[in-house]
Amino acid sequence: MTSPQAANGLTIENISAGYGQALAIRDISLTVAPGQVVALLGRNGAGKSTTLKAVMGMLHLRSGSVSMDGVTVSNRPVHARARTGIGYVPEDRRIFTGLTVSENLEAGRRPADGTDAWTPKKLFDLFPNLAPARDRHAAQLSGGEQQMLALARTLMGNPRMLLLDEPSEGLAPVIVDALAQVVKTLKQEGLGILLCEQNTVFTAKVADRAAIIESGSLQYEGSMSELALDDAVRKRYLAV
Amino acid sequence: MLTGQILTGLAGASVLFFIAAGLSLIFGVTKIVNFAHGSFYMLGAYIAYTLTEAFGASGLGFWPSILLSALAVGMIGALAEITVLKPVYKAPPLFQLLVTFGLVLIIEDLTLLVWGPEDRLGQRAPGLSGAVELLGTQIPSYDFFLIAAGPVVLGLVWLLLNKTRWGILVRAATEDREMAAALGIDQRILFTGVFFLGSALAGLGGALQLPKGGADLMMDLTVIAPAFVVVVVGGMGSLTGAYVAAVVIGLANTFGVVLLPQATLVLMFLVMAVVLLLRPHGLFGQPERAERGHTPGAGYPAAGAMEKAIWSVVLIGALLLPLAQDDFILVLATDIAVAALFATSLHFLLGPAGLVSFGHAAYFAIGAYAAALISQQIDGPGMEIALASAPVLAGAAALLFGWFCVRLSGIYFAMLTLAVAQIVWSLCVQWTDLTGGDDGLLGLWPSDWADSRMVYYYLTLALSLAAILLLRRAVHAPFGFALRAGRDAKARAEAIGIDVMHQQWLAFALAGAAAGLAGALFVFSKGSIFPDEAAIPRSVDALVMVLLGGVGHLAGPVLGSAAFTLLHDQLSRFDQWRLLLGIVIILVSTLAPAGLSGLPAMIRAFAMRRRI
Repeated sequence: MTSPQAANGLTIENISAGYGQALAIRDISLTVAPGQVVALLGRNGAGKSTTLKAVMGMLHLRSGSVSMDGVTVSNRPVHARARTGIGYVPEDRRIFTGLTVSENLEAGRRPADGTDAWTPKKLFDLFPNLAPARDRHAAQLSGGEQQMLALARTLMGNPRMLLLDEPSEGLAPVIVDALAQVVKTLKQEGLGILLCEQNTVFTAKVADRAAIIESGSLQYEGSMSELALDDAVRKRYLAV
Repeated sequence: MLTGQILTGLAGASVLFFIAAGLSLIFGVTKIVNFAHGSFYMLGAYIAYTLTEAFGASGLGFWPSILLSALAVGMIGALAEITVLKPVYKAPPLFQLLVTFGLVLIIEDLTLLVWGPEDRLGQRAPGLSGAVELLGTQIPSYDFFLIAAGPVVLGLVWLLLNKTRWGILVRAATEDREMAAALGIDQRILFTGVFFLGSALAGLGGALQLPKGGADLMMDLTVIAPAFVVVVVGGMGSLTGAYVAAVVIGLANTFGVVLLPQATLVLMFLVMAVVLLLRPHGLFGQPERAERGHTPGAGYPAAGAMEKAIWSVVLIGALLLPLAQDDFILVLATDIAVAALFATSLHFLLGPAGLVSFGHAAYFAIGAYAAALISQQIDGPGMEIALASAPVLAGAAALLFGWFCVRLSGIYFAMLTLAVAQIVWSLCVQWTDLTGGDDGLLGLWPSDWADSRMVYYYLTLALSLAAILLLRRAVHAPFGFALRAGRDAKARAEAIGIDVMHQQWLAFALAGAAAGLAGALFVFSKGSIFPDEAAIPRSVDALVMVLLGGVGHLAGPVLGSAAFTLLHDQLSRFDQWRLLLGIVIILVSTLAPAGLSGLPAMIRAFAMRRRI
């Protein structure tokens, strides 16, 4: 199981995890290939964020395993998982508000294997709004800028797999469009992305596959185009 | 005169800043309240003593000796972090605190072994041994050097934190450890590094004050309270805040000596109280970020039939104890009954109310001194009136101090309780007309009818038991439910109409009153009272008892106090009892975090795992 293989992305096998006594997610299995965007959909409290946290190691797994490019990571601490190439952008962004924009990027920096590593300069090209704010404290950024910074900070670690938790939440539509462009760019560069979203327009723009989670269990998995045609599934799991 | 006082105060402020800056850095990143920080300061002074005695005759040997002392203490701090603290990072904060107190005891005894009991006077700094006349006062040149050293070190540490990658990572981890880990930052290395730097700063403080104050074995705990005050007033994790607060507190200390020689710490406390009431997170502090994944505290179900049966047997055993006709056993049993009440009163705060007090000995001592003074004033039923009024007076004191304390939360609450206890302790030491100072109050024996070991044992047992059952009743009353609701979900408790702060205030007073009764019972069992009963080690004893017994169970403090009293009795027969006690504290915190009352559950869980 741990045999090093070629880059085959993220494999989540039958994981269960929870807070205190109760299980918040049970028996979830998913794969995300390089260059693929898998959208994890479901209502509030269904277990989307919990799944990402469990993958990242912020929540203790009760059972199951997680591997990245063939290497089992579920027995490793959080920082070691990040170092295998999994990048995490949390729902509430959690940028370091006492640090400047540049310092936030520095905190996320990890040396890459290849030569085309992310640099602050490349990221300022990708997120033009951040460039003029580079020496400002992150606390002074707008919500959209904070989201961009959270993503840029994680990219500084040169991840091969991104866990994106509700990146469009609370952002103006024009910013959401820009974010969708960025996600598409990253995908073309070969990044795999596991995306939690409520915003169906955003999801439809970027995702290849969809998985629906309800009450902590996976209920549906298919391509985005299949899901678009399946009114029954959408009505049952996604309608508010 | 005044100029001299101010400059002395500023020189002291620099040393205080070095210590507080290290404490603040370590707390910021690791969230550990490091009691052993004062011990590192003490080690800095002793190591500098040895080095400057050997090499310090010239400036060429003196200054490198000072720096080398700081580095050596940094290494010791890093070593302590790796060996002793790493295993408890996942444990609740209280256990980390206890482990650091275990370190205090160990370092104190090792220092005694290496350097001996006598105070050491340091070499004067070559080239700075003279004095400068300023406005008619002779000011030591070394004071000017110290005053300048404060901002210089502040600047250097600021550069380290703001202009290096390491510093950026430290600041990031101070804000959000989990997120830093998710970015691939290995905290283990960061923690060790921060411990090195923080301990080295404390060591530097100790080494630099050697030419002024020398080195002695009391330095560790004498400095820790002002250092905590500085960190809290400045704001946890803020270096600039620590510097400003060190200057403010340093000056308050100096004026305290001039204005209130009877109570030098009172002014410092007043400054702290005012600052915290206006700014609950200190001058430059940020609100504490609630640690994620907060799990609710213990639920304390009523005792089952099995538990009741066990306690009935224990009680019968306690009642039959005088049959043994052994005075020593009765003395020990009386000690246990007093300790059980003291520990249960602290557990009431720690467990159901979720309030971590570092200074519960204050109320034990207030009760004890109140009882002692009353019984001295009244002929005849002195003991009876003293026993009745001690809990009232201790409760009133807790009501007064508690009003300030419950306005703060978490670590700020703990620090303020510690500071209050230090005030009480300093009053006991300094207000000699009333308290007899270090000589204490003597000749305080029970009334005639109770003046036999057996009768006094029964009296202590009855009063302790009654108070413990009353506290237990309070846990299971609506008052106890409200406290637990406030502990586990403050916002939600307030949303259903519970005034959480008010309930906590009352709990603080009730626990203070119970501790006061324990103190009063203690006085007549010993016949004397000394300021030590208000000191930090006494507060820590109570914490050890509660944690040894287990916070998660109402019987915990009773078990813990019995175990601790017996253990203490055994260990105190050895010369190096502090060293041994320190090791025991560290082992218990590391190996059995659920305490004695948690052992059955631990064994059950182990057996279950075995079966699977």
